[in-house]
Amino acid sequence: MHVLCTGPIPAHIAFIMDGNRRYEKKHNMEAGGGHTAGFLALMYVTVYAFSIDNFKRPAAEVNLLMNLMRDKIEDLLREESVISQYGIRIYFISNLKLLEESVRLAAERAMRATANNSNATLLICVAYTSTNEIIHAVEKSYKGQLDGTCCEEASSEMGDGSMVRLAEVERHLYMSVVPDPDIIIRSSGESRLSNFLLWQTANTLLCAPLALWPEMGFKDLCWAIINFQRSYSYLEKKPKQA
Amino acid sequence: MDPRLQALEFWNIGNLVQRLLWHIVHIVVSLWYSLAGLVQSVESNLISKGVLKGYDNLEIGKVKYLALVIESEDARRIFEVIELLQWLRSLGVKQVCLYDVNGVLKQSKEVIAKLLGNASLFGVDSVEDLKCDEKHMMLEFASISDGKEAVAKAANLLLKRFKSENAAGVQKDMVFTEQDMFDALKSIGYGAPDPDLLLVYGPARCHLGFPAWRLRYTEIVHMSPLKHKKRGALMKAIYKFTTVRQNYGK
Repeated sequence: MHVLCTGPIPAHIAFIMDGNRRYEKKHNMEAGGGHTAGFLALMYVTVYAFSIDNFKRPAAEVNLLMNLMRDKIEDLLREESVISQYGIRIYFISNLKLLEESVRLAAERAMRATANNSNATLLICVAYTSTNEIIHAVEKSYKGQLDGTCCEEASSEMGDGSMVRLAEVERHLYMSVVPDPDIIIRSSGESRLSNFLLWQTANTLLCAPLALWPEMGFKDLCWAIINFQRSYSYLEKKPKQA
Repeated sequence: MDPRLQALEFWNIGNLVQRLLWHIVHIVVSLWYSLAGLVQSVESNLISKGVLKGYDNLEIGKVKYLALVIESEDARRIFEVIELLQWLRSLGVKQVCLYDVNGVLKQSKEVIAKLLGNASLFGVDSVEDLKCDEKHMMLEFASISDGKEAVAKAANLLLKRFKSENAAGVQKDMVFTEQDMFDALKSIGYGAPDPDLLLVYGPARCHLGFPAWRLRYTEIVHMSPLKHKKRGALMKAIYKFTTVRQNYGK
């Protein structure tokens, strides 16, 4: 890794953690075992933990995942000193209203507990889709305009007759707290974004290593960074959200 | 020697060694990619000539809508774009969206449709020809302004409707659904289907701002810069797409 640091290093990497159920089948594990194994490897900046589409899965699996999530958040809060030692701030990028109350409260506690950390940021996308994020941003930007929080005067219309501007919508996206990702890595070799960060990834390098999520390792990360460095002179010219 | 100077010298040497190793890593990776490119080139030729049999039965019906993302500089090579469209037509693809950031393809849409022949423009021409003629192609042209700005326009439409409904006394909470956004986009001319497969002809695998709303479940495949396009590689990408199974989150 020291050698790779000689070249440009991505500031923001996003992960689609795909392949947990295939890992279970491959290793004859009980239901949920793949999710547990994969979670232990979690250590990156933005992760797509649970899509709104995943609520369509069998109720037992959804409950298992929600319980796993709540337990991991509680562990994180118990080990708060480790999080603070590394200065990691945690965001839950989520339509929090869709989460079960115990998970939502745990997520809110984790965000409050790490609000003063500033060395690194971990964003966990849960109960998230890009299209839902965009709709939410439209609603928030209009409400902000009506009550004057975004403009000099509260108003239902702008001077040019529009109700909201693109810049205001972008400002109210959940992911507006961080720059656009430099790399998206989707494990298990699948080549689609599945409604993840569609708005933010115009000039993001998309990588699709074949390893299932619980099998993903350091070499996959290194390979993605090497490819990022190879494309850097091309990607650098493209506009990104600051 | 002063220990501080000695430490500095070691650090400088260490730095140089690290830089050298970095360059070696990248040279090795570049050689690997060159070799892989050569193998892919041979494979493409074999696929194109029908020597590799697995790709001759493409199930092209699964590719209902295909998108091409092309670098704007390369998009000026209209004859290369047309050749790519001809290959797609010969494989049975009937509906194609051509996208580049700056709208170079959009500016040349009539020329491309005319030179390609037996093609019509999405949103302008009737879909009837598509149904009657096996070789007829429907072309859509898009650019960066059809992405985020289109969503902002659709948002404005939704909000204006909401405001007028509230003014008329129909009190309701401002809760929009994704279907509302779809309908609003369609009503202002951005109702083209989501592509099943998006092929990126450029130096890196990025979608370059293709309309975000239409990319939810699209398979995004990196091909090569346009000047290195190969028919066999196109067939392989389409074949691989037809073997993909999506769960849509379930």
